[in-house]
Amino acid sequence: MPEPLIVARGLKKRFDEFEAVKGIDVEVQPGEVFGFLGPNGAGKSSTMRMIACVSPASEGTLRLFGMDPAVDGAKIRARIGVVPQLDTLDTELSVQENLWIYGRYFDLSRAECRRRATELLEFAQLTDRADSVVEHLSGGMKRRLSIARSLINEPELLLLDEPTTGLDPQARHVLWERLYRLKQQGVTQVLTTHYMDEAEQLCDRLVVMDQGLIVAEGSPRELIDRYSTREVLELRFGAGTNDQFGPQVAGIGDRFEVLPDRVLVYADDGEAALAEAHHRGLRPESALVRRSSLEDVFLLLTGRSLAD
Amino acid sequence: MSDTSIVLRIIPVSYLSALGVRRPHRMIERHVMAYRRQWLIVVSGFFEPLFYLLSMRAGVGDLVGDVSVAGRAVPYDAFVAPALMASSAMNGAIFDSTGNVLHRLKYARIYDAALATPMGPADVALGEISWALIRGQIYAIGFLAVMAAMGLTESWWCLMALPVCALIGLTFASIGFLGTTYMRGWSDMEIVNTLMMPLFLFSATFFPISSYGDWAWVVQLSPLYHGVALVRACNAGVWTASLVVHALVLLVISVVMLAWASRRIDRLLRR
Ligand SMILES: Nc1ncnc2c1ncn2[C@@H]1O[C@H](COP(=O)(O)OP(=O)(O)O)[C@@H](O)[C@H]1O
Ligand SMILES: [Mg+2]
Repeated sequence: MPEPLIVARGLKKRFDEFEAVKGIDVEVQPGEVFGFLGPNGAGKSSTMRMIACVSPASEGTLRLFGMDPAVDGAKIRARIGVVPQLDTLDTELSVQENLWIYGRYFDLSRAECRRRATELLEFAQLTDRADSVVEHLSGGMKRRLSIARSLINEPELLLLDEPTTGLDPQARHVLWERLYRLKQQGVTQVLTTHYMDEAEQLCDRLVVMDQGLIVAEGSPRELIDRYSTREVLELRFGAGTNDQFGPQVAGIGDRFEVLPDRVLVYADDGEAALAEAHHRGLRPESALVRRSSLEDVFLLLTGRSLAD
Repeated sequence: MSDTSIVLRIIPVSYLSALGVRRPHRMIERHVMAYRRQWLIVVSGFFEPLFYLLSMRAGVGDLVGDVSVAGRAVPYDAFVAPALMASSAMNGAIFDSTGNVLHRLKYARIYDAALATPMGPADVALGEISWALIRGQIYAIGFLAVMAAMGLTESWWCLMALPVCALIGLTFASIGFLGTTYMRGWSDMEIVNTLMMPLFLFSATFFPISSYGDWAWVVQLSPLYHGVALVRACNAGVWTASLVVHALVLLVISVVMLAWASRRIDRLLRR
């Protein structure tokens, strides 16, 4: 096994009294795409900021490339690329100037900055917007520029905090494709998301985070196999009546969950579960059988849905 | 041996890098890039003190007549000009280190972006203060040129006013930068404006310190007073021991504020 790129042991982050990250253990291998999946407030960004060496750990140990951020923060930052949750693009500069000055922060020569900026604008499909003011870009373009900017130092490790939040589906797919290309080039990636489809699409391995703790770890497939059934039956009763009908599915399949808008029945054979429900005289307004997803894993582990 | 390793062997550089200062010049480079499109804003900062100077000559000077300084009679405009020069060094430094820094710190988040790179908080603090100094020096040179053209300079010693203005700029940029790290939002800029006006008016700018009578000690609390005294001495070419005290006051304030500001920005940005 190669040396892990990131090792965290008992990592904590406190803001005054409040503990946002309550002691997590993480290892990320070179070449891997690793995800933190969790709802808002889980502590994903706090963790990412510690890994990015922009926020000191309150407790525990953290090593990147075998170095300690408290000692060699600048050296580590020289080797990583960071896409923060909220874009920190320089709105007083043009698109390509943003790339140039960022390269200068990494001590690249002006000629090298220009060369890489041209390539990255191509990569981010922003070549024709090179001279635009950043303020006039769409959300998707800004996000692509943020990613392009994070690549100016040819990082070995890329940190992406909610790379696609707030983007329309098409823009998300463009981004996913770009990130997949980087993976093929061997760039290690750590990303956070609260979209389970994003985590399933992109991550080789992920941890589920909730209230500052890691509650599960594995590949998307492993997590689903371990924590959920093969299929899920979704029953929608009339508005406000899910509570009332929910308990009547008890005993069908392995277990069930009652959500405000639907009842979920976990069963390896969804069709059989549906037949049983009909047999019991239940008449939902709609019924749907689907495969289990990370959303279900999350619901099982935390009792809450990711969207909250 | 490469160029950089030679440079790094020079003691001041390694001393600075021990404090975490390695790339303050990158911050300046960023501002040069940003202001290339807004050079008018930069140029406009030169005109305000100039207009003051012209109004002193045209109107007020005629009414007031000569002022007695250290036993010599000095025409009023020649008395006020060095003070205006010192004030404009203060204004420029404060302007850059408060409003502009607040914008970059809280709204444009320029520093957050920079700190995700090998740049450190000390680079940001020193870079910003240096930028304010450079801008201040450009205005000071312009101002001095106008003074010379109007016949208000008394000897070549007046050139000493330039490094003195850099010191005044350093003092006020450090104070401004530190103050800005405590600001909650734009409304706090009002406090800055409120403080600047009395400083400008009551730092022996428009009257000699003797005319303040029993209140002279209050004037001496103003850092600008010490700056004005220094610039006046440079212009007159009259050197006294008290100038060392004036310079030391400014230097001590600068060093203390700078160290404090650097720690504050670290606490603010690296939470
Ligand atoms: N700078 C901060 N000061 C105080 N509390 C913070 C700060 N940053 C985050 N928090 C709190 O820490 C918790 C975790 O936040 P965050 O790491 O942003 O979670 P996530 O990215 O998973 O949504 C939240 O309750 C948030 O309010
Ligand atoms: Mg977050």
